[in-house]
Amino acid sequence: MSSVALKGLAARKLRAVLTALAIVLGVALVSGSFVLTDSIEKAFHSVFSSAYANTDAVVSGKKLVDYSNSGNATVPASLLAKVRSLPDVQQADGLLSDMSGGVLLAKLYDKHGKIINGNGNPTFGVGIDPQASRFNPMTLTAGRWAAAPGEVAIDNGVASKYGFHVGDRTRVAVDAGVVPVRIVGIAKYGGLDSLGGATFTIFDTRTAQRLFRLEGRYTTIAVAAKDGVSSERLVSELRTLVPADAQVRTGAAQAKKDEKDVAGFVKFIRYFLVGFGMVALFVGGFVIFNTLSITVAQRTRELATLRTLGASRAQVLRSVVLEAVVTGLAASAVGIAAGIGLAKGLSSLFSALGLSMPEAGLPVETRTIVLPLLAGTVLTVAAGLIPAVRATRVSPVSAVRDGAAAAQGRSGKTAPIVAAVLGSLAAALLGVGFFSHAIATGPRILMLVGGFLLLFVALAAIFSRLVRPIVAAIGVPFAKLGRSSGALATFNVRRNPGRTASTAAALMIGITLVSFISLFGRSLRNADEDAWKSQVTADYVVTSQNGWDAFSSVAADRAAGRPGVEFVSHVRGDRGRVGGSNAGINGIDPATIGRAVDVKVTGQQLSQLGAGEAVVKDRFAKANHIALGDTFTFRGPDGHPTQLVAKGIFEAPKLDSLLSAIVVTNRTFDRSLPRPRDSYAFVEVAGGVSDAATTALKAAYAGDQVVKVETRDGFAKSKAEWLSQVLSIIYVLLALSVIVSLFGIVNTLALAVFERTREIGMLRAVGMSRRQARRMIRHEAMMTSLLGAALGLPVGIGLAALATQGLSSYGLSLSVPVPTLATFVGLSLVVGVIAAVLPARRAGKLDVLSALSYE
Amino acid sequence: MRTKGYDTMSAVLPNERARELTDARPTVVAAEGVTRRYGSGDTAVDALRGVSLDVATGELVAVMGPSGSGKSTLMHILAGLDRPSAGDVRIAGREITSMSDKELTKLRRTHIGFVFQFFNLLPMLTAEENVTLPLRIAGRKVEEQWLETVLDQVGLGERRSHRPSELSGGQQQRVAVARALLSRPTVLFADEPTGNLDSGTSAEILELLRRAVDDYDQTTIMVTHDQKAAQIADRVLHFADGRIVEEVTNR
Repeated sequence: MSSVALKGLAARKLRAVLTALAIVLGVALVSGSFVLTDSIEKAFHSVFSSAYANTDAVVSGKKLVDYSNSGNATVPASLLAKVRSLPDVQQADGLLSDMSGGVLLAKLYDKHGKIINGNGNPTFGVGIDPQASRFNPMTLTAGRWAAAPGEVAIDNGVASKYGFHVGDRTRVAVDAGVVPVRIVGIAKYGGLDSLGGATFTIFDTRTAQRLFRLEGRYTTIAVAAKDGVSSERLVSELRTLVPADAQVRTGAAQAKKDEKDVAGFVKFIRYFLVGFGMVALFVGGFVIFNTLSITVAQRTRELATLRTLGASRAQVLRSVVLEAVVTGLAASAVGIAAGIGLAKGLSSLFSALGLSMPEAGLPVETRTIVLPLLAGTVLTVAAGLIPAVRATRVSPVSAVRDGAAAAQGRSGKTAPIVAAVLGSLAAALLGVGFFSHAIATGPRILMLVGGFLLLFVALAAIFSRLVRPIVAAIGVPFAKLGRSSGALATFNVRRNPGRTASTAAALMIGITLVSFISLFGRSLRNADEDAWKSQVTADYVVTSQNGWDAFSSVAADRAAGRPGVEFVSHVRGDRGRVGGSNAGINGIDPATIGRAVDVKVTGQQLSQLGAGEAVVKDRFAKANHIALGDTFTFRGPDGHPTQLVAKGIFEAPKLDSLLSAIVVTNRTFDRSLPRPRDSYAFVEVAGGVSDAATTALKAAYAGDQVVKVETRDGFAKSKAEWLSQVLSIIYVLLALSVIVSLFGIVNTLALAVFERTREIGMLRAVGMSRRQARRMIRHEAMMTSLLGAALGLPVGIGLAALATQGLSSYGLSLSVPVPTLATFVGLSLVVGVIAAVLPARRAGKLDVLSALSYE
Repeated sequence: MRTKGYDTMSAVLPNERARELTDARPTVVAAEGVTRRYGSGDTAVDALRGVSLDVATGELVAVMGPSGSGKSTLMHILAGLDRPSAGDVRIAGREITSMSDKELTKLRRTHIGFVFQFFNLLPMLTAEENVTLPLRIAGRKVEEQWLETVLDQVGLGERRSHRPSELSGGQQQRVAVARALLSRPTVLFADEPTGNLDSGTSAEILELLRRAVDDYDQTTIMVTHDQKAAQIADRVLHFADGRIVEEVTNR
């Protein structure tokens, strides 16, 4: 019996392939996500493990604050002498290195004077002495290490990409401004294929300390033990020396720690991608359910014959399930192989959006094979269960009856009940998920995902009832355009509403998600843009190229004193701690801030702020129980404490506040924090924004290119721009689900053409042309896909309305852009046209004579 | 229905005639007062209006009648594919009308063989695989010698590894006959076995069925339109309006 199932599968190769395609994509996305993120992880592992390859112990400043602009705490240079004096120490050197990005920024200029990685990939600045080469993770491929001010070594990636050679001169932008340098060496980062577009600029330590404003400090002291001394012993000896804000680890432990810091980010990307793979798989489940349902219906006579020959119901069930298992396994295997290729595509997708990461080949872990294989197979079998049960309901008497109809499931009566139960469950989950703010993000997301899934199943269950009325409406233009073919197509779409419905349901999911994401993303972006706009009154805003990196205040001052420029108002930014929690801090210029930002303050205004005084954010004050007049201690990322008096409390918008929790004067900021840099600078010009002023300011900043200048509105727009980038990634990933549903339409049509061979032959015999036959099929496909859109769009809009309503306190309101929605309708029509190509060609090519004698 | 040149006997009550035969050989298929009504109310159709018959071991019975006379319904009910509205059916002494699906499956495996009008072979299996399929479904061993005998008998030795699409209609029906014979069913049901064949091929298939009865005592019930098919039967039951209207014994 099992051989019958397998041979049957082999005999219906095309159908098997069409069925399988439905899950190949989903599986490929899941396995590709694993491959890509494993590759990134492996590359980071390689970066960090080679960073400490010859280091027995690492003394470094503690990480007191997360995501600080100025980095972790540092250690004083004086500590190095003490470390070197330990008898067990063979060699010790101090260096400057921070791999978390955004801390030691050194941006090179290419040969045409254009800044490299101005707004994209990380630009690491490193300070290491030539004598300390045993601690240097890089190896020279040409020249020598930098030994004096004005000298740098660079990584071979940037050297070959931008045509740099030893002896070339260029410039580099650092904390101290833009300095001229000469390239004296080119080096390779050990054991890594690609740095993912990151650049390394290596100075000697003393120069680096000056350029990064870390005079007399090291981020790290690398220590090598004498022969016979264990790393552990060395570490415990060193511990007696180091100050409280520093720590000692073995090289291996430090590598592991650094790796852990980026692991969370990689993990996020992994789950994000896998999530979309699951969506594609879910859509594929519908396609498989549909395809298997149709094939079971078409095999009624065969199944009935098996029953008359003595096959039990259980045997019939097993044979259909076995078919699903084999299809699932084979499709998943193909999907996994395709996923390895897809990993490359995903990687280009991310780098196209300026998020390129180091990669180390295409590693295929056991999990990369097992999980997608399991997911694909289980899903196929689950989707095949209902068709399999239907197969068992085929009565043996169908073997002898002509034109015996397929056994229909009892879904006719139960579907509305199932839909009602699942629908209300979905509504409850979505309602709580969207509107209750009391639950944590994790369970909340799970609730929303569960709600979406249930909603889709409920909609699919009730969908068949809606087919006839919807087609009655959308069929009109088709009947007009396609005349007889269109009218026949309308009839065909309606003749088996269950089948049409589940075909369209697959596309419905894609359209629902795309329209939901589009509308919700749009309102989020609008709200975000409005929030930024409402806080700025200055004519122009200066930020780093990527908008979030801190930049040297020297860079912002390039426009100061130019004709027409009334002032440049610096806003410093960093993070520190108050009590047990992290808190952002800004420095402002009291003289000009009043004309640059619009912030409602209770108590002392920003313009009246004096030394040691702070204006704090309302939510921060509440969380830390700080009232007007209270004194509190702020600690910077280096642990340095500052006493501040809360003189005012400002109202911050819920979404993206321009100012951080604590606002002090720039003078207080510069005294309290290491390496003070700007987050923004505001520029006011005489006569307000004008094209001439914009051109002049742009020219002023064009030399360095470290920062960019934008009008207030432009700034608000770019601040919200990252959302558009996230949206475009999501669109690409959802496109895969839409493609899966396209396969579903192809399947249904191909099987329908096969099923209706005799009928199409008859139509051709009575005068239908090939062209008309093709048009009939094409119109069927377009109506099916329009059905998907007809349900998907309203559901997507409804969900977006719920979501924005739930976040209305953040300033979100739903806007329904008609052109965008029209695009989605157009998109579904295109899906229909593409899906119809092959089935329509087949219908057109039918030989009339053999079609009529077809049994 | 009577035909010229046909060796007919005067109509007798079916049960009397059957009892005469059962005196000599045991009854393997027995129906008693079988009725079958489709639908209900005004639209109800009575396909069978009280049919009784006995078929003895080694007998070949042909059931004839015009379309809609109820002959197919009778066969479906005798074979356990359909249930009567009233009446009993016994196969090999067991009452089958109240059997569960499981019991019916078992019954089919051991007692029933089918030959269909449209052959109903599985296209992806070879001739031999089609023949042995019922035994494999039942998880029973194929007796090689009997298989050879059967394949030989139907004349398929050469074409055993061909697929149905590579065989002519007559050859396909030979495969179907072999499939039905292989499990030595208590009764073989043939549903218009020549309905889809030309007259020459029909004669061959009929001869095959007759030989199976003569050589192996294969009890056979055949529903047919074909006058020639009726000629090979031991007994012919003529149907009209859901009843046996005439019974003719040929041999």
